[in-house]
Amino acid sequence: MAGPDRTHGLVLTTIETVPGRAIVEHYGLVSGSTVRSKHVGRDLLASFRNVFGGELKAYTELLEEARNEAVERMCAQARALGANAVVNVRFSTSSVAAGAAELYVYGTAVRVA
Amino acid sequence: MSWQTLWELRDLLAFAVLVSIGYVVGRRIEARHFTELRERERSSLGLPVLTARHVDPSWDVADAALVTGIAVVSIDYLKLVAASLRNFFGGRLATYETLLDRARREAVLRMKDAARARGATVVLNVRLEIASVSGFDAGGYGAARAAEVIAYGTALTIR
Repeated sequence: MAGPDRTHGLVLTTIETVPGRAIVEHYGLVSGSTVRSKHVGRDLLASFRNVFGGELKAYTELLEEARNEAVERMCAQARALGANAVVNVRFSTSSVAAGAAELYVYGTAVRVA
Repeated sequence: MSWQTLWELRDLLAFAVLVSIGYVVGRRIEARHFTELRERERSSLGLPVLTARHVDPSWDVADAALVTGIAVVSIDYLKLVAASLRNFFGGRLATYETLLDRARREAVLRMKDAARARGATVVLNVRLEIASVSGFDAGGYGAARAAEVIAYGTALTIR
């Protein structure tokens, strides 16, 4: 998962609070997104995989990179606001074009004591 | 049968070969994956994964963090053919059901691995999101088709 380097030292949770800590300030919605497309090489290998079935490692990596980038952008935005945590984090995806996908992550930037 | 006739039948032969590969290899890979999933799920039972979001006030929480797990599982050729036939007649697509099931369970297990690596005691408010880089839901323009799942939740370490 996104380590301290990617989260800019922020605490991320999918619930309304950071358990064990009190929220002292709200900064509102922060988000990060990335649009990724697969490249031909990956697609070619994937189409071979489509004959046999099984895990598509190249796609898993692609999604992991996308997740890291989106999370990093969201955290940079929260950090710039002065937040030290993002609560209620959600991931969302949309398909903007065939072969490309958007990974969007959003949450509420807060300061916890 | 002459070579000429065989040559004329090459598309049909290629199709038959691909379907057979999908049937034999695809089924074996799927069966192995299910066995592996069951084993890993059993061995990770000690870490509860909840969709609940309630944090009990009595818990002394040492650490809270977002954990994620990603899995992309491809269809095999037999599933592809079975699905296009099903699309014609309508009804339940059992081959896709197992595919999505595998991808979801794999993603959850990877998320649990990430939580265990942090020494977490529980994962709260778990959500599953399906992505579509491969165009699985876009009908796929000759593109690879796969189920892509992101599982995520809040890993808590309780003292």
